[in-house]
Amino acid sequence: MTVSVPVEYEVTLPDGKKFEQPAGLFINNEFVKSVSGKTIDSINPATGEVNGSVYAAEAEDVDIAVDAARTAFKSWKKVSGVDRGKLLFKFADEFEKQQALLSSIEAWDSGKTKDQNAIYDVEECIAVFRYYAGWADKIQGKLIQNDAKKLAYTVHEPFGVCGQIIPWNYPLLMAAWKLAPALAAGNVVVLKTSELTPLSLLYVAKIFKKVGFPPGVVNILSGYGATAGKSLASHLGVDKIAFTGSTATGKLIQQAASANLKAVTLECGGKSPLIVRSDADIEQAVKWAAIGIMSNQGQICTSTSRIYVHEDIHDEFVEQYKAHVIADYKQGEMFDGDAVVGPQVSKVQHDKILNYISIGKEEGAKIVLGGEKNTDGALSKGYFIKPTIFTEVQPHMRIVNEEIFGPVVVVGKFKTDEEVVKYANSTQYGLGAAIFTKDITVAHNMASDIEAGMVWINSSNDSDIHIPFGGVKLSGVGRELGEYGLSMYTQAKAVHVNLGTRL
Amino acid sequence: MSKALPLSVPITLPNGIIYEQPTGLFINNEFVYPKQHKTFAVLSPSTEEEITQVYEAFKEDVDTAVDAANAAFHSKWSTSDPSTRTRVLYKLADLVEENAETLAYIEALDNGKSLQCSRGDVALTAAYFRSCAGWADKIKGSVIETGDTHFNYTRREPIGVCGQIIPWNFPLLMASWKLGPVLATGCTTVLKTAESTPLSALFLATLIKKAGVPAGVVNVISGFGPTAGAAVASHPKIKKVAFTGSTNIGRVIMKAAADSNLKKVTLELGGKSPNIVFNDADVKSTIQHLVTGIFYNTGEVCCAGSRIYVQSGIYNDIVAEFKRAAETLKIGNPFDEETFMGAQASQQQLDKILRYIDLGKKEGATVITGGERLGSKGYFVKPTIFGDVREDHQIVRDEIFGPVVTITKFETIEEVIALANNSDYGLAAGVHTDDLNKAITVANKINSGTIWVNTYNDFHPMVPFGGYSQSGIGREMGEEALDNYTQVKAVRIGLKQ
Repeated sequence: MTVSVPVEYEVTLPDGKKFEQPAGLFINNEFVKSVSGKTIDSINPATGEVNGSVYAAEAEDVDIAVDAARTAFKSWKKVSGVDRGKLLFKFADEFEKQQALLSSIEAWDSGKTKDQNAIYDVEECIAVFRYYAGWADKIQGKLIQNDAKKLAYTVHEPFGVCGQIIPWNYPLLMAAWKLAPALAAGNVVVLKTSELTPLSLLYVAKIFKKVGFPPGVVNILSGYGATAGKSLASHLGVDKIAFTGSTATGKLIQQAASANLKAVTLECGGKSPLIVRSDADIEQAVKWAAIGIMSNQGQICTSTSRIYVHEDIHDEFVEQYKAHVIADYKQGEMFDGDAVVGPQVSKVQHDKILNYISIGKEEGAKIVLGGEKNTDGALSKGYFIKPTIFTEVQPHMRIVNEEIFGPVVVVGKFKTDEEVVKYANSTQYGLGAAIFTKDITVAHNMASDIEAGMVWINSSNDSDIHIPFGGVKLSGVGRELGEYGLSMYTQAKAVHVNLGTRL
Repeated sequence: MSKALPLSVPITLPNGIIYEQPTGLFINNEFVYPKQHKTFAVLSPSTEEEITQVYEAFKEDVDTAVDAANAAFHSKWSTSDPSTRTRVLYKLADLVEENAETLAYIEALDNGKSLQCSRGDVALTAAYFRSCAGWADKIKGSVIETGDTHFNYTRREPIGVCGQIIPWNFPLLMASWKLGPVLATGCTTVLKTAESTPLSALFLATLIKKAGVPAGVVNVISGFGPTAGAAVASHPKIKKVAFTGSTNIGRVIMKAAADSNLKKVTLELGGKSPNIVFNDADVKSTIQHLVTGIFYNTGEVCCAGSRIYVQSGIYNDIVAEFKRAAETLKIGNPFDEETFMGAQASQQQLDKILRYIDLGKKEGATVITGGERLGSKGYFVKPTIFGDVREDHQIVRDEIFGPVVTITKFETIEEVIALANNSDYGLAAGVHTDDLNKAITVANKINSGTIWVNTYNDFHPMVPFGGYSQSGIGREMGEEALDNYTQVKAVRIGLKQ
């Protein structure tokens, strides 16, 4: 769609806040139109209407951004860790000053409810930037001392130009998880947002310029995966690609990256199991199990979307769970202060989830809650799907094995620990897992036996920016957050100084 | 001794600015009178005149401060979200920068050092607080695999209530080296300043409160070693004492720690650091580093390069250039922007330095330049270089702690390494050469905690600093500083079989 869209325009949000929305590609600290003039319309998930249009990067724009980053890296790599940390800390402070506005923009474009969801994302963004700001001057190599005739040491160098592709389920937060460690480690970045949620990060781009990041160090492009994303992943001028999104696309990224053997980290899908043993605190398990799938409208890679309850307490659990979701997970549009569950991000997602619900019915699972679009009044205009609980599921069912990415949970039974561990490990995924029990030994052993990058014992989706996050199997490669997340953005160069071996 | 001394006095700085100088003891985030209401005088070393009186802490005041620190440690400070401590340290760094000129002037007034030096101290102070800020939420233990019968992990926990005793040569900077890791790790502290330089830490205390440090976490008291200092070193509720000062007092502190409750001890003591110049050193830049090594901060630096060893091929050039450089240094009024060297910190220090200069002359060393006091008002000493010294001369063995350096010729690498290591101290060393292999080989063989190659007195918040042998125990700055304020707890969980 080629329309002449202004590079910046005023927006009035549904809650009355006004701001200047940039629409250009953020390259070299400036907002520019795409070479082709192509644009993307970003849709409001509660109404189906256009929130705004932005310029869409294609391969030639990616080339320009990568060149800008490459040039910037020549001087950025000489900036000390202390100074990088100072910039990151300043950025966090400025971001914090605009917390309220950013929460509103995020809710408006992504479908997250502002007061129960978006504001927490924005807080976490600030925490992530502050955390990695503190690492910037602390990146240390090692001195290896076993040979007196050699001074041997490692330098933990940045990769250089990092391409980063983020999804639509946490537009600002996924950007923070990617940008902060990459910049702290001394890299320069070209980040592509999701075509479904391009608006909030373009506003944030201004803050990078304001606090003094040199031009070309941070570049932010709106664009489609098949064009801009593919170009970034296969670009010969990009040294590392980091992707968060579906497993199917993750595979394409990894293949594209092979063009120049660039380093690859992937955060892909999940079908994380939540196990409730007979000795569990049922009330707590119910509450965490609700957070685990109904938060963010079920649009979380680590959602614990399969619940396995010991047969002795199954019925009791299901009854409490259903009642809890009805009571505490009110559905509404983003600026409804009481709403916890908003709309799904797009029509495509909405249709996909409804399709899985009908597949579940066909497969013979039983619906005890929801199972349909929400057509209450004004909500019918948007992509609202009611929180849905399936029971009587069997291991072979598609709704048990495939990622639905909506507020739809499947509940199965088990009798023995061995049986449930088998169920837990039976999908292609391995992102998160949750175990509810009072038995330390079982918890520890089950955590060890379950194939997952993260295990929560007596909680679910209880993430923390200091603790590594990522998956095994087809859930991904590499880790984000914590010190581990930082190490994904450096590579070790070994230096040997010959002190005495003469030939 | 004056009951009428207010808890805050206005002081007019030489630049005309008037600031409020706290005079009380900083306990529980308030400035309070000590029990005995005694005060002592604070003199300006560059004029020998009294700046102000401040209140003096005795044992009973140390008890009060320790109780405050203890209560604070058992509050939420060390167990709640560490990113709170990050915010507070970062804010403190910002506040130090906002008040940089005032702090630099206070330091120059109280210690006698030039503004050139004190401004550098203030910048390093802010930088160190900022570096510590980032550590607060990154303190970690390990998980150790010993088989499936157990789950083992270690935690690094804050030690608790600390006592910290700092010297007069870098009053503000030494306060930051002590307070930074305390705040990062969640410990609490009672910090006793040196009796000749109590002012900047009291002013810093106002910024500590403003930064949001909770009451009782940091307590700052002015007082004397044999009373307040001894009370800290032997206090039964203090779990760890950190001391920077002379080796002799370091011994006293360690004994008191052992005799009382075996509190953990870290010490930053004296030094007689060798500064070594090889034939292939670049003369021009080396001279700069020799000057910095002994005349920076009027030579009142624990790691001062106070024994210079020059290889014979370059000896004459170095001596001539070094003499010339020393004679062009500007010494005098600390507040003159051109001044490099201010006054020695006290009458006591001045007397000690002049005694060593006399001794050097008596021992038969040659005064290449300097060798006397400058003027008659203010504790100024001329930059002094002694040549023709022998290794057994006292001026070569003892720490003089002033702008007095010895210079000796050597022939071979092996010889100079032996000379460098012939000391009970082991704080720092300098090596000046163009040859990488030589630099590394010599650096690896010298028994000192810091080796500077082609630089000197060159610090960074992330690089650890501390001594070998009788120069101390433990390291400050760098990640290593956190070890001083944490202790390791191992948790080994037996799993049901």
